[in-house]
Amino acid sequence: MTAPETHLHFQGRNVGEVILSVEGVSLAFGGVKALQDVSFDVREHEVRAIIGPNGAGKSSMLNVINGVYHPQRGRIRFKERQFTDMDPHEAAVLGIARTFQNIALFKGMSVLDNIMAGRNLRMRSGILAQALRIGPALKEEIAHRQEVERIIDFLELQPYRKTQAGRLPYGLQKRVDLGRALASEPKMLLLDEPMAGMNLEEKQDMCRFILDANDQLGTTIVLIEHDMGVVMDISDRVVVLDYGRKIADGTPDEVRNNQAVVEAYLGASH
Amino acid sequence: MKRHVPVLVLAAVLLAGLFAPLVLKLSAPGFWTEVLLGGLMAGVLYSLVALGFVLIFKASGVFNFAQGAMVLFAALAVARLSERMPLWVAILLAVAIMVALAWLVERLVLRPLVNQEGVALLMATLGVTYFLDGFGQTVWGSDIYSIDLGIAREPVMVLEKVFEGGILINRDDVAAAVVAIILVGLLALFFQKTATGRALRAVADDHQAAMSIGIPLNRIWVIVWSVAGIVAIVAGVIWGGKLGVQFSISLVALKALPVVILGGFTSIPGAILGGLIIGVGEKMAEVFLGPPLVQMFDLAGGGIENWFAYMLALLFLLVRPEGLFGEKHIDRV
Repeated sequence: MTAPETHLHFQGRNVGEVILSVEGVSLAFGGVKALQDVSFDVREHEVRAIIGPNGAGKSSMLNVINGVYHPQRGRIRFKERQFTDMDPHEAAVLGIARTFQNIALFKGMSVLDNIMAGRNLRMRSGILAQALRIGPALKEEIAHRQEVERIIDFLELQPYRKTQAGRLPYGLQKRVDLGRALASEPKMLLLDEPMAGMNLEEKQDMCRFILDANDQLGTTIVLIEHDMGVVMDISDRVVVLDYGRKIADGTPDEVRNNQAVVEAYLGASH
Repeated sequence: MKRHVPVLVLAAVLLAGLFAPLVLKLSAPGFWTEVLLGGLMAGVLYSLVALGFVLIFKASGVFNFAQGAMVLFAALAVARLSERMPLWVAILLAVAIMVALAWLVERLVLRPLVNQEGVALLMATLGVTYFLDGFGQTVWGSDIYSIDLGIAREPVMVLEKVFEGGILINRDDVAAAVVAIILVGLLALFFQKTATGRALRAVADDHQAAMSIGIPLNRIWVIVWSVAGIVAIVAGVIWGGKLGVQFSISLVALKALPVVILGGFTSIPGAILGGLIIGVGEKMAEVFLGPPLVQMFDLAGGGIENWFAYMLALLFLLVRPEGLFGEKHIDRV
């Protein structure tokens, strides 16, 4: 790990050095072993997928990286910083953003306010200055607003700026969720089933947004997804989990032809 | 539209009750106006206490039973401190005390109980209530104290041209109303126009999501409890200045409960409007509904003021459980 990493190319993308490494992580809830000795890494600028059958531990893995769950064993290194314990707030400060499987938008707030809230970490001026909208605070609010407008344009959410997030249809809510996560300008973005419950057209849109974010903003993407077609299309490398263990790790082609993966999905010889 | 019908009927009945004494000539217009104003003034106080409830419930999902005890504690602090120093210094010190209290509550009560059931948190605030009641007596004493706001006591006669005999208004009531309006305006500005306010609303909507975008939950809770503490000071000073600071202040929390049910647990405008409706409603009922009832059924009379708010809240629970402006919850089955 100490030698300079060679730059790799996956799917025509220029992928950098390792920014996240998960080393021997185990997580149990009471007697249920959600994760057992899982190790993998994520390289800068890569699209990395975590797949597996239901109950394989995918969401648990994401929640460990995000600091919601604390693993009993193993450690995680994100950009030279090593930790076993942190909370989602610290993760956000380090540059890890996420979206949620069961959309967790601020339902009572407008789309604009949702995405503005995503810039919370980047806000500097004091409460009083904000309230009075004076000097630097006003300038800051305008700068943030411009940044948010860019995200709204990017995700094609222009008609919904002032709409209460809870009133939007499902597919659009997922998009706002993505926008809020992108608003913090994260280094790494964790996507928990970004395409769950979508129709084909919505899936294609979402794929495009994810790839554009990766390409134009340089965000590293870690995603969990059920739709194998989507995963194979957009990912550089894929980790496969089954019953909390890692059973395969490699490019989509390698994983697709892996016997253990085929068995896990088809249930052969279990 | 259909679901609004019962609410509209209830509103119509309340309005009819409000104007009935005038229309039926049971009361001189001047006296009626005085009762109305008296009700509004009481309502302002209910609103302030209800506001404390709503602020904390919005941001942390905690029903803070201790709001009444906080009002008492704040009023005691101001009353006793102002014996030794100018009133404004005493109030500033009380603000510092309430902020420190907010910080302690977050550290010692909320943080260890994060992600626990609402009932556990409610019980914890019950504990805080009794602690504050007792601790307040230990620190500040248990007599009746006064807060001198420096406002002349004698009421002024106004509108003598409009009503026969004019109507009497207390200056401190007017001052209280003005202060309450300013406070509510500042809070609205804070919630709607500042990034911190936006963060507060975000936390109120979804804790997990708020944390994931880097909003520090603990700091937000301290801010919210501090704001609720400051609202408690305002309520305590107004109440204490009028009626003296004594234990019964903490019972005003029980009056604010129906207000929150009426207005909706998450709505600031709801708390204001609910307080005014209940304040006016109970005064009107006491003055104009009481005597006819007494005559008709040969009762001892009085006491309507005590149960009116709860009856109204009960009716509201039947026709509109989320309150006037509360969020309607639709559970997926």
